Amino acid sequence: MSKSNFTRRGVLKTGAVAGAGLTLPTYLRAQDSGFTNAPTGDTVTLGFNVPQSGPYADEGADELRAYELAVEHLNGEGDGGMLNTFSSQALDGTGIMGKKVEYVTGDTQTKSDAARASARSMIEKDGAVMITGGSSSGVAVAVQALCQEAGIIFMAGLTHSNDTTGKDRKANGFRHFFNSYMSGAALAPVLASEYGTDRKAYHLTADYNWGYTTEEAVRSSTEAMGWETVNAVKTPLTQTDFSSYISPVLNSGADVLVLNHYGGNMVNSLTNAVQFGLREAEANGKNFEIVVPLYSRLMASGAGANVKGIYGSTNWHWSLQDEGSQAFVRSFGEKYGFPPSQAAHTCYVQTLLYADAVTRAGSFAPCAVGEALEGFEFDGLGNGPTLYRAEDHQCFKDVLVVRGKENPQSEFDLLEVVEVTPVDQVTYAPDHPQMGGADATLGTCNNGA
Amino acid sequence: MDQIIVQILNGLDKGSAYALIALGLTLIFGTLGVVNFAHGALFMLGSFCAVIMSRILSASHEVAVPGETDFLGNPLTRDQPYVYDWFGEAAGATIVDWAVPISILFAIPVMIGVGFIMERGLIKHFYKRPHADQILVTFALAIVLQEVVKYFFGANPIQTPAPDAFAGSLDFGAWLGFEPRTIMYPYWRLVYFLFAGVIIAAVFGFLQFTTFGMVVRAGMADRETVGMLGIDIDKRFTFMFGLAAAVAGLAGVMYAPIVAPNYHMGMDFLVLSFVVVVVGGMGSLPGAVAAGFLLGILESFASMPWMVDKLPGINQIIIYLVAIVILLTRPRGLMGRKGVMED
Repeated sequence: MSKSNFTRRGVLKTGAVAGAGLTLPTYLRAQDSGFTNAPTGDTVTLGFNVPQSGPYADEGADELRAYELAVEHLNGEGDGGMLNTFSSQALDGTGIMGKKVEYVTGDTQTKSDAARASARSMIEKDGAVMITGGSSSGVAVAVQALCQEAGIIFMAGLTHSNDTTGKDRKANGFRHFFNSYMSGAALAPVLASEYGTDRKAYHLTADYNWGYTTEEAVRSSTEAMGWETVNAVKTPLTQTDFSSYISPVLNSGADVLVLNHYGGNMVNSLTNAVQFGLREAEANGKNFEIVVPLYSRLMASGAGANVKGIYGSTNWHWSLQDEGSQAFVRSFGEKYGFPPSQAAHTCYVQTLLYADAVTRAGSFAPCAVGEALEGFEFDGLGNGPTLYRAEDHQCFKDVLVVRGKENPQSEFDLLEVVEVTPVDQVTYAPDHPQMGGADATLGTCNNGA
Repeated sequence: MDQIIVQILNGLDKGSAYALIALGLTLIFGTLGVVNFAHGALFMLGSFCAVIMSRILSASHEVAVPGETDFLGNPLTRDQPYVYDWFGEAAGATIVDWAVPISILFAIPVMIGVGFIMERGLIKHFYKRPHADQILVTFALAIVLQEVVKYFFGANPIQTPAPDAFAGSLDFGAWLGFEPRTIMYPYWRLVYFLFAGVIIAAVFGFLQFTTFGMVVRAGMADRETVGMLGIDIDKRFTFMFGLAAAVAGLAGVMYAPIVAPNYHMGMDFLVLSFVVVVVGGMGSLPGAVAAGFLLGILESFASMPWMVDKLPGINQIIIYLVAIVILLTRPRGLMGRKGVMED
């Protein structure tokens, strides 16, 4: 009979220690690198947190397509897309710093709680070193705060509220997409030149964060041009039939209706406004006009012929003729068979910008990446020369004013760019009152771990 | 005064939708004793019948457009509906334009079939189970149906316009002697209201003036006795389920031009329709119709800007406030009968 040196207590102790070690989340095991989820092997994992269910699932699907394309290009597959036109040229198609890019996805459901839970899962279980995506400002603000606490970089997807890089800005969060202030500043001069400076506006505003900041931005910009705001009514986010809100507009003394609505809200409110004859109406001796501050092609296709001739703003449009946009549209179009949306564009660009910043910084550490992004000036990504401003982590670039096309050639050909508003016209001070004033700060960057 | 008329008109079409859904809910509850939480999904399926028919009629083949290129620089092609080839461009365009009314013919058999499959395939197994089980299973069915629709049609609303002939608005103000263009009412909403009236009258007529309807009403009052007379009441009740599904489906088809169909629209209407049924009185068909219109109009009034200014949020809670008041003063609802759901 052989004699064993194992004791029951010893086995239990060893087992407990080994078990605890194995079950520790990945990010705790990477503590020795000094930051959360430091990639240790020959791969790096990115977390794509997009709405895969819920009302913005179509935007989410397009974001995911763009992320997959970006990963392909970073790993040297496909035609390289915007890697060929990006002014930085630090990326060479060998992944990020020689590590092959892999990704995990989460479903935000366009709910803050669900989005935080999926982001947390990707950070803690999958070891994602960066989180990106989303199609709602509420989600962006919530996930950005989570990433700040966890010590992860957050590259926002489609989020247009001022607050994301305004009062709720965070050192670990970065936004490429434009914002409500920029929409207002770009739209107001075009509206004044098209419709005159003596106009009375009636706002219908979605009753949540994005709606408020958009209304505030468009009001202040148009009032500065001489317009008067006769009324501003908040509409429930769940509203589908807007007839009760639209019909009083005709007798309100207003001659312009501003729909601060997005997604399904916008499709239905615009449809109702057209059905109630607002487009043919006259008020104060002028033609009645409708304005939609934030347009997207996916939304415009939902609204059909109702968008014809209606002005709005957008972050990017596939019909742009610059080299970067063309390269992206070609890659995306050949892979998926249709042109990308603005949500897809911003997500693709954010992924490239993150990879480029890591490469230039020579580190995945969030603070080093943040430093590389802060004040970074670049071109070739579809919006002309762009600055990632250090003070608030907001990208400053030209803004597109668009109009619903009268004679679309295809189901994608719904908007036409009527003006490219120069970046100087949409730039504001980091402590602008609409951005949280002097109290708004980034805080300190967090490496986590 | 003009604003009051405007809001009454706005309430009529919303009330029409509530009344039609609540009518179907009450029919199912009255005949089968089932609380059908999938009824909103039937409304949603109806509106997607309009989408499907619109896509069928617009089914196209590609035709080259000489001299033009697409977004990738390839030769441009445009879609030409087959109906243009078959009936000529003018007649084809009219057929595509009238897709929503044509969908009615498609929706009736489809929705009766869906109702029949739902009842025979799932709900009949829950007749003897508690109401809580019925609610759970029908709610789950509603979620499954909406996810299936989302899988095939996406999450964004799909524009399904009314025929061009009904595109404008009626100047109701000028018609009533007010200033022109003070009270505008879209033609299609007027059509919807009239359509709802016809459907409601047809359902009541069917129950009131046919032998089949008489048996169903007798079954609703005393199922056991009717069964003892040798009448297969279950078969008739299954048909009533199909009829209720068709009513909800038709409400959805015609509503498609008012609110662009989306996978979630059934849920938006479901809860309110249940409130309508409860306010009208469980099991009372006239109660459901009356409560539908009443709550639709009240909701419209509560959404008026000056009302929301004075009482923020009133537009979101008015229906529930009225429901509380009515149930406190008339616990069986407006026209509820004694003994229904009181066991």
